[in-house]
Amino acid sequence: MAEEKAEGGLVFHPLDQFIVKPLFGDGPVAWYTPTNVTLWMGIALLAIIAVFVLGSRGRAIIPTRLQSIGELIYGFIYKMVEDVTGKDGVKYFPYIMTLFLFILFANYLALIPMSYSPTSMIAVTAVLGFGVFICVTILGFVKNGASFLSLFWMSDAPLILRPIIAIIEVISYFVRPVSHSIRLAGNIMAGHAVLKVFAGFAALTLVSPVAIFGIVAIYGLEVLVAGIQAYVFTILTCVYLKDALHPHH
Amino acid sequence: MATETTEAAVGACVDAGGSALGMPQLCADWMPNQIFWLVITLIAIYFVMSRIALPRIGAVLAERSGTITNDIAAAEELKTKAAEAEAAYDKALLDARAEANKIVAEAKAEIQAELDVELQKADAEIAAKTAESEAAIAEIRDSAKQNVVAVAKDTAKELVAAMGGSADAKTITAAVNARMKG
Repeated sequence: MAEEKAEGGLVFHPLDQFIVKPLFGDGPVAWYTPTNVTLWMGIALLAIIAVFVLGSRGRAIIPTRLQSIGELIYGFIYKMVEDVTGKDGVKYFPYIMTLFLFILFANYLALIPMSYSPTSMIAVTAVLGFGVFICVTILGFVKNGASFLSLFWMSDAPLILRPIIAIIEVISYFVRPVSHSIRLAGNIMAGHAVLKVFAGFAALTLVSPVAIFGIVAIYGLEVLVAGIQAYVFTILTCVYLKDALHPHH
Repeated sequence: MATETTEAAVGACVDAGGSALGMPQLCADWMPNQIFWLVITLIAIYFVMSRIALPRIGAVLAERSGTITNDIAAAEELKTKAAEAEAAYDKALLDARAEANKIVAEAKAEIQAELDVELQKADAEIAAKTAESEAAIAEIRDSAKQNVVAVAKDTAKELVAAMGGSADAKTITAAVNARMKG
C-alpha cells in the first residue's frame, strides 16, 4: 500500500499505524502476547472505569461533571434500549452498554496522536459483530422457538411474493454481521489512513498549509465519525435484539 | 532495530523496512492476539459495568428522581395549604364585614327605639301640659265671668240707686243673669 512519489522522495505508509507490535521486545505476536492492541484496550478500560466508577464515587444527588457524563451516557443508552427493544429488552442493557462503551472509548482514544485504534481492526469488529449476531440468533430461537422463523415470512405481503421476500430476508439476515462489523472497521480505518496521507503531504513545503488544513478538517470529521459509529453499532444491536425478542412484524 | 530481527520477529505481514505488507487488518498472524485481548477487555468492562457502575448510577438516578418527585409533592402540598389559608382569610374578612354591618344595623335600631320612646314621652308630656293649661284658662275664664256678674250686679244696683229707685237684690240678679245669657 506504500505509495512513493518522485519529488522529494515522499513516502506514504498510511497503514503502518495499524501494525500490531509486541509491547516488550521484538518476539513474535502469539495470541497471549501483550501488544499495542492490549495497551490501548487497557487504556479504554481504565478510562471507562475513571468515568463510571471513580466519577460516580460520590453518588451525589447533584452530580459532579464526571458523574453527569456517566449519567448522560447511561440515560442515553438505557433510553435507546428501552425505546427500540421495549421493556423486556431492558435486561440486556448491561451487554449493550458494554459494547457501546468499548467502541466509543476505543474510537475516541484512537484520535489521540500516536495512539492505536483497536476498532479499525476487522478481527476486533468481526468478533463484536458476529458476537451480536450469534447471541441474538440463539436468543431468538430460545425465546420464540421455531416461530422465530416468522421473522422471514412476511404475512402482510401477497402470498406469491412471500417466498421471494423470505429468500431476500434470509440473505439480508446473514449479511447483517458482515455489514455490522465492516461498517465500523472501515470507517475508523479509512479516517485514520486519510489523516496519515494528509500528514505525509504536510512534509511538502508547497502544499503543507493545505495538508494541515486538511488534517484539521478530517480530524473534525473523525471526531463525529467516532461518536456516530459507536451510536450506529449500538442502535443496530438494539434493532437486532428487538427482532429476536419480537420476530412478528 | 535490525532488519533481520524485525523480519524474524513479526513474520509475513511486515516487509524488511518495518512497513506493512498489505493491510495489517487482514494479517492472520495477528488476529488471535486481537481477539484474545478484545474478549478479555469486554469481559472486564462487562463486570465493572454490571457489578459496580450501572447499579450505582441507576440508584443515584432513581434517588434523584425520587427526591424531585417528593419535592414537587411537598411544593404541591404547600400550594394547597396557601390556597386554603387564602380562602380562610377571605372568609374571615367576609364574616367580619357581615358582623360589622349587623352591629351597625343593631345600633341603628336601638337608637331608633330609644328615640321613639323619648318622642312618645315628650308628646305625652306636651299633651299633659296642654290639658293643664287649658284647665287653668277655663278656671280663669269662669272666675272672670263670676267677677263680671258681681261687678254688673253692684254696678246695676248703684245705677238704680243713683237714678233714685230702689231695687231688691233678687230682681237685679235676675236681670243681670238674663242679660248675661243674652
